[in-house]
Amino acid sequence: MGIWVSFFAVIALVLIPLVGAQGAGQYLFGIVIPYVAVLIFIIGFIYRVVQWGKTPVPFKIPTTGGQMKSLPWIKSNPLDNPSSTGGVIGRMALEVFAFRSLFRNTRVELREGPKVSYGSNKWLWVAALAFHYAFLVVFIKHFRLFMEPVPGFVTLLDSVDGFMEIGLPRLMMSSIVLLLAAIYLLLRRLAVPQLRYISLAADYFPLFLIIALAGSGILMKYFLRVDLTSVKELVVGLFSFRPTIPEGIGAIFYIHLFLLSVLIAYFPFSKLMHAGGVFMSPTRNMPNDNRAKRHINPWNYPVKVHTYDEYEDDFREKMKEVGLPVEKE
Amino acid sequence: MAKVAPPEELSRVDYTPPKKGWIDKPAELKEGRWCYGSKPKDHEVVGLPNPRAWSPGDEDWKLPDNWQEIFLDGLRERLDKFRTFRIFMDICVRCGACSDKCHFFIGSGDPKNMPVLRAELLRSIYRGEFTTAGKILGKVAGGRKLTYDVFKELFYYFFQCTECRRCSLFCPYGIDTAEITIIGRELLNLLGCNIDWIMGPVANCYRTGNHLGIQPHAYHSMLEFFCEEIEEITGILPEPSFNRKGAEILFITPSGDVFADPGTFTAMGYLMLFHYLEGMGLDITWSTYASEGGNFGFFTSHEMMKRLNSKMYAEAKRLGVKWILGGECGHMWRVCNQYMDTMNGPADFLEVPKSPLTGTVFENAQSHKMVHICEFTADLIKHGKLNLDPSRNDPYKVTFHDSCNTSRGMGFFEEPRYILNNICNDFHDMPINTIREQTFCCGSGSGLNTDEIMDLRMRGALPRANALQHVHDKHGVNLMSCICAIDRATLQALVDYWIPEVEVSGIHELLGNALILEGEKKRTMNLRGEEFPWVEEEEEEAAEEAALEVNLEAAEAEAEEVAAEAAEEAVEETAEETVEEAAEEEAEVEK
Amino acid sequence: MSLEEFLLEKKSAILKRWFDSILETYPSDTKQFLRTKKDRFENPVAHRISSGIEGIFSQILNDAKVEDASPFLDKVIRIRAVQDFPPSQALAFIFDLKRLVREAVVGDTREGQLSEELWRLEQKIDEMGLLALDIYTKCREEIYELRVNEVKRSVGRLIERANMICGVPEKEEDPEVCSTDNLT
Repeated sequence: MGIWVSFFAVIALVLIPLVGAQGAGQYLFGIVIPYVAVLIFIIGFIYRVVQWGKTPVPFKIPTTGGQMKSLPWIKSNPLDNPSSTGGVIGRMALEVFAFRSLFRNTRVELREGPKVSYGSNKWLWVAALAFHYAFLVVFIKHFRLFMEPVPGFVTLLDSVDGFMEIGLPRLMMSSIVLLLAAIYLLLRRLAVPQLRYISLAADYFPLFLIIALAGSGILMKYFLRVDLTSVKELVVGLFSFRPTIPEGIGAIFYIHLFLLSVLIAYFPFSKLMHAGGVFMSPTRNMPNDNRAKRHINPWNYPVKVHTYDEYEDDFREKMKEVGLPVEKE
Repeated sequence: MAKVAPPEELSRVDYTPPKKGWIDKPAELKEGRWCYGSKPKDHEVVGLPNPRAWSPGDEDWKLPDNWQEIFLDGLRERLDKFRTFRIFMDICVRCGACSDKCHFFIGSGDPKNMPVLRAELLRSIYRGEFTTAGKILGKVAGGRKLTYDVFKELFYYFFQCTECRRCSLFCPYGIDTAEITIIGRELLNLLGCNIDWIMGPVANCYRTGNHLGIQPHAYHSMLEFFCEEIEEITGILPEPSFNRKGAEILFITPSGDVFADPGTFTAMGYLMLFHYLEGMGLDITWSTYASEGGNFGFFTSHEMMKRLNSKMYAEAKRLGVKWILGGECGHMWRVCNQYMDTMNGPADFLEVPKSPLTGTVFENAQSHKMVHICEFTADLIKHGKLNLDPSRNDPYKVTFHDSCNTSRGMGFFEEPRYILNNICNDFHDMPINTIREQTFCCGSGSGLNTDEIMDLRMRGALPRANALQHVHDKHGVNLMSCICAIDRATLQALVDYWIPEVEVSGIHELLGNALILEGEKKRTMNLRGEEFPWVEEEEEEAAEEAALEVNLEAAEAEAEEVAAEAAEEAVEETAEETVEEAAEEEAEVEK
Repeated sequence: MSLEEFLLEKKSAILKRWFDSILETYPSDTKQFLRTKKDRFENPVAHRISSGIEGIFSQILNDAKVEDASPFLDKVIRIRAVQDFPPSQALAFIFDLKRLVREAVVGDTREGQLSEELWRLEQKIDEMGLLALDIYTKCREEIYELRVNEVKRSVGRLIERANMICGVPEKEEDPEVCSTDNLT
């Protein structure tokens, strides 16, 4: 059910600007909605992060994926079980840049017979990496729309991205990879019954949205060409707070922009916040040094305990019988 | 008359769940999968809410009228108190990396045992009751309301999680289902819904200091009993001290080691080790007040964990010891490592632990001042302080089960293996994806080691048993060692069902076998009182030798006679030959 | 051509269908996991089932005694005995084999030659079914034994210790000096 709700929601999101972005509507979809979306994104994102940040971390319970630091002659694993800030940064970097934990899905397989082979379940890891990196590249490449002159790294990225030299304009790998990875992630949810069982509308919606976003971008770049100069004028206007609506930008652009607006406005209220959460996840951003450094719980409160004196009162005679020392005779 | 389906159809009943999603259909509680409900008397001892006689099988759980309010207020409070919990409620993307990592899912196939879904059971309430989207969109946003059936479902599945943290290892955001289960159980406890197997030990531990409710004199007499057994085996009588003020070190171990087989043999190992070291300057005492290393409060609520754990530091302070030595235990070490110093510290009345025998300072425990006995022993072996004869463990082919809590709560892998490699000659690890940080749970942790759910436990134990079966078939492994009291108790049931040829032991039991005490008599049996297989052989040999000696003497005497005769009769050659023969015979016997 | 040869020829196909029909008894979400996860350590249920049924099938092919199939039956049944199945369903998989073999035979050109042997095979499968019942019952009994033993073990030494204190009276008329009060 979730999948259909999400699917039709995204279809609707595509149709809205198609109908609405005409005449004066262009101001709404070209200026007002993007501004509102960015505002929601910034406020929402900050709100969420602050809310997380001000929630205390009462205990230090890091993930321990390797030998802890103990005796000096025992080799510890500083990245999978960090005991210092450096190790934590290393682990976080591996997690954020290489999706270390998903990579763990590797294993030794013992198929029939004595042969040991190394199999793996790395498809999720590959697809997730491809998806996120492609998204990043596509995002950076959009810098050329509002930066004048276009920064060197954007041009460089462009030439790397288009190395295949196919088509005109050159086919960019990143957009294709992004689209394919998103479709893979979607199909995976549908094909594996376990995943279908756990998936919610909130899982399908962002995928459909991103597929539509990437799809509209590709359409705009290769098929329904829009006037790039006008687009740049609009975008630069938005960024310089002197918004204008140039004439003659195709509807496809407004669809693309609207989907983007929805995505960023939706971001802070959804699971997409994992982007911020991964840095704040206490199991991954704390060192495993509990025994060496005391962690403070800000709301630690006194509790009722059964004291030794109460205990001795209960059992004094019996303790004396077997010669156990007592405080009070 | 109702139409009866043909037998063929009957046997092919569809176990496929209805197409409805999990949100629409809370689980039915199946007997044999829920543990007995907690007893009112135990609630009263520790002052937990809603003491009443009840069973999870009942229709009516006798909850207070405002139960929803209590639960939701509790949920809100915990969202504000635990960053972990709030983030884990917010950021799961349901990627499914954890879905097939749970031993209960692997063994039973119940989709609600997938870690992600176990967390979603609570997350859906969070969304449905607290987030705007969830309140408006309901189940489209993955939200649901807290109904009676949903509440029962929470109880059902949070007591089907052993808090082993295997899933969290694979989560890209470090979402720790164990913490969600811990908080889930805490919420259930607000309404007095716990299980008997947890509440009983909690109440006992609170009053008498240990899970079984063993009173001080009985605790004392049990250990004396072990000492007598040690004397029988080694000829040496250890003399442990109890509640002794001014000792340098306080020793705390789970009470299971004192009362439950096969943990008791591990306790004997401790006693022997301490006796061995006392002559070299170890000054250690046991306590009857802090006589429980385990902490079932951990399976109840953070507060209860703190209340029970407080005894450790309190007793250390009262006795005036310098530091604490902790025995082989899983969740005890999870609590000591991750909670104790924070909850009941600072332990500024103690000193940084220093081994009195090797001078090693345990820098890694400089704040909370407690050392794991495996660290302590590994350090002793490294410094050559222990006189060991690993061949006494030769009847065993040993493997090691990494306990979830010491593995994924500490990262404690090398120390026990180092010890094992020094005290036995035949050690084999299980396959790499079933040990160390990826170790499989015994299927009975976190207070689920009760017998009424034996089926569930055996299902959950299958992944571990299967890996064990592999080394059993391949290397003839017949002993699974571990450093957890619950493991020692529950793995025994596991191997009895799945691989009856294997036994379970603690590491210090094997150490006790290998340790050569000064002045001990020749050992003929292990700590279990089982005679070494070679003893009979040796005895036979000794008997033969004795018999031979008698023969030899006779032969010699004869030879002498013959020689004398020969001398008389001047037939020297014959005499020489006979003597030579005798000498040869003697040489052979010596060989 | 004998049935034996026929089955040898069809072995992998029948085994696959047999395995699938066993998986059918699990929820669909689980089925996929059981089917696709190849690692024998991360998917012990499927591993045991597939190696178990292969063993059973080989025993049938080898014309071995029914009892010889017992370790393989045990492999499968030991799992199903603790998986929430009522006994009838836990053991239904054995009789399924009859259907699968028949389905393989029906329509085959050699159908006529095999019917006699088929009848004997089915009889053998029935005998296995009875053996399976023994094994299932044994597994269930073991579970209850485990429960009892575990309770005993959990206070094992205490009982032993208590029994030591609990002396036999000197004379018959003496009250029993057995008191474990002070231990509890």
